[in-house]
Parts: sequence; C-alpha cells; structure tokens
Amino acid sequence: MVKLTINKIPVSVEPGTSILEAARKVGITVPSLCYHKDLCIAGNCRVCLVEVKGERTLTASCAVPVYEGMEVFTNTLKVRNARKNVIELLLSEHRCDCLKCEKNGKCELQDLAQEYRVEEKSFIDLSIGKRIDRSSPAIEKDDSKCIRCQRCVRTCAELQDVSALTVARKGEHMFISTFMHKPLADVVCTNCGQCVNRCPTGALVERNYMEEVWEAIDDPKKHVVVQTAPAVRIALGEDLGYDPGERVTGKMVTALKRMGFDKVFDTDFTADLTIMEEGTELLTRLKQALVDKEKVALPMFTSCSPGWIKYIEHEFSNNLDNLSTCKSPQQMFGPLAKTYYAEKAGIDPKDIVCVSVMPCTAKKYEARRPEMKASGFRDVDIVLTTRELAKMIKQGGNDFRHMEEGEFDSLLGKSTGAAVIFGATGGVMEAALRTAYEIVTGHEVPFPNLNIMPVRGMEGVREASIKIEGCVDAWKFLEGVELKVAVAHGLANARKVMKQVAEGTSPYHFVEVMACPGGCLGGGGQPIPTDMETRKKRAMAIYEEDEHMEFRKSHENPEVKLIYDDFLEKPLGHKSHELLHTHYTKRMTK
Amino acid sequence: MSSTAELVQTIVGKHGTRREHLLPILQDLAKEQRYVTEDAMIEVARALDLSAAEVYGTASFYTFLEPVPTGEHVIRICKTITCYMKGKDEVIKAIEDHLRVKLGGTTTDGKFSFFAANCIGWCHEGPAMLIDDKVYTKLTPKKAIDAINEY
Repeated sequence: MVKLTINKIPVSVEPGTSILEAARKVGITVPSLCYHKDLCIAGNCRVCLVEVKGERTLTASCAVPVYEGMEVFTNTLKVRNARKNVIELLLSEHRCDCLKCEKNGKCELQDLAQEYRVEEKSFIDLSIGKRIDRSSPAIEKDDSKCIRCQRCVRTCAELQDVSALTVARKGEHMFISTFMHKPLADVVCTNCGQCVNRCPTGALVERNYMEEVWEAIDDPKKHVVVQTAPAVRIALGEDLGYDPGERVTGKMVTALKRMGFDKVFDTDFTADLTIMEEGTELLTRLKQALVDKEKVALPMFTSCSPGWIKYIEHEFSNNLDNLSTCKSPQQMFGPLAKTYYAEKAGIDPKDIVCVSVMPCTAKKYEARRPEMKASGFRDVDIVLTTRELAKMIKQGGNDFRHMEEGEFDSLLGKSTGAAVIFGATGGVMEAALRTAYEIVTGHEVPFPNLNIMPVRGMEGVREASIKIEGCVDAWKFLEGVELKVAVAHGLANARKVMKQVAEGTSPYHFVEVMACPGGCLGGGGQPIPTDMETRKKRAMAIYEEDEHMEFRKSHENPEVKLIYDDFLEKPLGHKSHELLHTHYTKRMTK
Repeated sequence: MSSTAELVQTIVGKHGTRREHLLPILQDLAKEQRYVTEDAMIEVARALDLSAAEVYGTASFYTFLEPVPTGEHVIRICKTITCYMKGKDEVIKAIEDHLRVKLGGTTTDGKFSFFAANCIGWCHEGPAMLIDDKVYTKLTPKKAIDAINEY
C-alpha cells in the first residue's frame, strides 16, 4: 500500500491508484470531465488539476499515480483559479444554448461552470460554424457543444471496438469526426448510444421525440398504445430521484396511464413470445443439423439488440444466416398491436399510434428500418429512451414517488420472469434455456430455483454447457447432447466470438449478444451516469423482479398461450413468419 | 480488383498489417497518389483490420498526408514565426495573386495546391517553402513566382 496525504488527510491506497481515485476514496471530489470509470485515462480536459508539493506545475490528478509520501492539495487558491480558467477555456469551444439543450441540468460542464461561478464567455467564441449532424434517426452529434474530451472516441474504440468516431486533424483544428467527416447515418455507427451515455455535454444526445408523443396523445382520433422494455423499469427511477437498483415498475405503469396513453402494454409480453419463436427456431436448426444432416448456420445468434444487428450487418455480413430470424421484442410488439390487438379491440390500425420506451437509442433506428412494416403500417411509430420518459413524467406534473402501483393492460401486457431478465446480459439465454430445455425433456432446467448462474454476471464473454437428458419422444435425437452456449455483451466482446465463427472454429450452438455493456440495463438510452457500479445494481434489480413474478418461464405466460390459440397458431407458423420474423441487409464493411 | 486495391495490397505487402505499419503505408500511398484517397483509406482499413475512421484520423493528423484531393504539385509555405518575421505574408500574397487561389486551395486547372505548413527546418534561410519535395529558401515574392513557373 502507498501512503500519502490529500489536504493533509492521510490516505493509504493500492500502488497504481491515481490521485483522483485516491481522493474519492476519502470523500474528496476532484472535478473531472474527460475521466470516466469505464474508459482508459485521457488526461486532456485538465479540469482535475491539483497541487502536489514539490512539483513546479499543477498536476492532472486523473493521469498521475500516487507515490509514497506524496502531499496533495486539491482546493488551494492556485488550484481553484487554474480550474476556473480551464473551465472558461472549455466554454469558449462550447455553444451555451443551455435552456434549449437536451442535457440542461444533466450537463457536467454546466455543473462545473456553476460550481466555479464562471461568468458568460470570457474568451472568444470558438463554437461558431461547427456542424450539427442530424442524419441519424437515433443520435444527434453537435460539434458546436463538443469540448473534445474524447470520451466518445474511447467508448467507441474500447467498449465497442467499432471506432466509428475518431480524432481528426490536430491542435486547434482537432475535432471528433467520422470517416471523412461523413454524416453518422452513412458510416459504420451502430446507433448503440454508448457515446451518448458518456458525453459530458450536449454534443452527443439522442434524437428527441417527446413532442411527437404528446401530439399523438392529444389527438382524439388517435389510439395511442405504449410498450415498455424490461430494462426501463429498473433504471427509470434514477432520473426521478431514486437510487440505482430501485424497481419502479408499478409506478411507471400508473405514470404512463396518467400521461394519457390509451393502453399501457409490456414489451415483456413479446419477449416471452420471442422465446417461443427463437427457442423453436434453435431446436429446428439443431434437428436439421443432427437428424436431417442439412447444412444449417450454427451457432445461432440472438437478434434482440439492434446495435448488434447493425454491427454484424457491417462487420460480419457473411454470417447473417447465423442470426435468428426473430424480430426483437419491440418489433414483434408493433405488428401485433396493429393486427391482433386492433382486431380484438375493434380499432382501425391506421388510427393506432405505437410508442415504445426503450433503454436504447438504436431502437429508434430499428423502428425506422424499411422492412418493419409487417402490419401494413409503420409497426412502431415513435421510440423514446428511458431518459425521455423520465422527462415526460416530470412534464406531466405527477408526483412519481407517491404514485400508486399500476398493472399493465391485458392482451399484450402479461409477462414472466423470463421476459424481465431480457434486460440483463445473459437474460435471453437463460430465458431460452428455461423454455427449450423443458420442451425437449418435459422437466425444468437442472438449476436451483431456475436460476442459471453460469450465464449471469458481468464477464465480457461467458460460456456454459448443459447436457440434455431424459428427452421426450419428439426430441429423442437430442438425448445426451451437450448444448454449448455463450453470452457476450459490448461489441468488443461480440467481435471475439464472431471471429471464431468467421474462422469456423466456434464451438457453440447458441450465442446471445447484446451491443451494450451489461446488456439493455446498460443501454445507450439509460439514465446517466452508467458505469460498472450502476450496471451491477440494475442487474440485481432485474433478477429480483424475476424472482417476484408469478410465472418465470415464457411458455407459461397465459397471454402467450392465448395469442397462439387465437391468432398465431404455432411458433414458426405462417402468421409468425409474416409478422414476427425478418431478414437482414449486407452493409458496407468499413 | 480495382487499381487502388491492388496498389494498397502491394504497399501493405511491403510493410505488414500491424497497427504500427499504418503510417509508412500512408506515406507510400501519398507518394503514389499525391494524396490519400477515400478508397485507399478503406482498403487500408480492411487490410489492417482497423476502422476507416481510424485511418482517416491518422492521415488527417499529418500535414503531408492530405486525405483530400490535391493539385498536381503541392506548394507548402512555412507559416511559423521565423518565416513570418522574414516576410512570408508578402510571399503568400504574391503567390495567391499569381495562382488566383487562396491559401489552402487548389487552382481551377488542378495544377497547384497551396498550403501552409509548420516549420520545415529552414529558419536560417526563411521565408521557406516546398514545392513537392524541393525546398526554396530566402524567398521574395519574385523568387517564389519564378520557382512556381518552373513547373
């Protein structure tokens, strides 16, 4: 352990700890902008300057490790003045349209300017003439607000291994750019929004569709239905004054009803449906491979994460057959709302507006894919992030904390614990195994309390194998087969798994991939900040929610049974193919 | 295979496909094609398993690796303090008038691009400029235009 003092307080930390981290350990906050717990150290914003005794100049505390006997001062007049100057210089590059800004009240630069009592621009304004890129339906990139801290560049490289964003040019001309400064919509960006979640200012934000939703609700001719993704209910609270990891499912339902939605449905319902379709698809592929000896693409990959889908379409477009043809739960919900529900409720589908609330920015893009019109209409009309919903709940003026617990509406609202865990990395795999294993053997997965622990956790790539024993007659060919599965989250990890597949050395039958670290609970549309600590707390909340559900296996969902009886007939049936399955597009590789 | 892809393949074959080979590859490309073309950057990205943005980021960092089309000849005048004190502004003005192009631009006939460069190491004989690889020093407006007229 290294011993040092910070503001004369003795501290003892592991060797290699930075001054900034050591200070935080003893409750001293050193301001920072380019620093982010998920990312490597950049040391470029200079806001975290501190004084170290014996050093000629001030030190960037995020980038310097502690040493024995170090004496650090974080709050001297010299430090305060220097930080104020740094903030003023950063502001000279930043267009301060705070009142209109998406990040107003959530902007780290604004917070610091306030804390250091920085007046309006002290230097010349360098933000003039910078480009605002609105080419993507998911993400807006406003260079006039960028302070060039490069959190986004590091996110795209380190967490996602996509590097759609880079640092172009140098010195005063340096800026955050795509390839050839092309619009975001024309490059390999997956719309995952991890950069949005990490941008300290409003330079990268989601495309906001709140007004469109209010307009639809206000239109008496429109029947507005909403679906909420599993990971929203365990994170929404964070933007409404709750601690990370607090579940607000019931209050969220009530809030949505009070906002004026005609029906509040649940994406979890279509998550259960996804398991029925995808589980059957997996078993069918295994049969084709093992019994019919047909050439069939294995491992099969999950297809719920639209960031992952666009990634594989760009980077591994020769392996699109390995993707499950199942649409994501969001896109299964849309066509069912405009066919099955419309029919049952006697509403003309052209009057239905389908809104979804997602932990995700890529879902905004997914909903606008040209093929997503299975109902004859745009299947999902408007996609909001968790953050946008929190803002709308505040706009609605209701006291969220004291709201009563509501229930999702029926027909497309019932769900199981298996659907809830879709929100965590490994969740789709666990849900699929709970159902597929039981279909094949007639009994429950051999894990205590249905909790398939090997696929849970935050390890980047996890693998598990289950020996299938005691098969029922129809699935006898699977007797004794060791089903090998893997789970990857964050596209950098997905790449590792995909490389094996591309080389033909992948040992797996079934692989779950989520574009975002932690799965949807760490999605690009989730409350800010998101880091390892919050991801773990949200994951705990998801598994708690699962344990509290009446049903915990997708095939036991009574509304899923009903929809197969009344409408879809059977998994992979004709109607399913029409409404619930999709195809993929090869895209430019670089 | 396109001619760009072939060129990239040859150059990559010479240097290798590791990350640290990117710069020499880009330098060779700039030598062959005068500037680093968009297609070439994409091919390099494929060969080195990098994103195209990373290749562009690297190329755009260096004054001598223009990622945008340049003229047949590139004039690079030193913009730093010593050359400034020795009168580079008058030289720039004269060249601008002569070529009818602003600093940073390319003539309409595509013959010359006129760029500013950081110190090229000829402070003792400033103002200095390069035309392609050739150095011209102790410039006056007249000397600069005479030099350009050699091309």
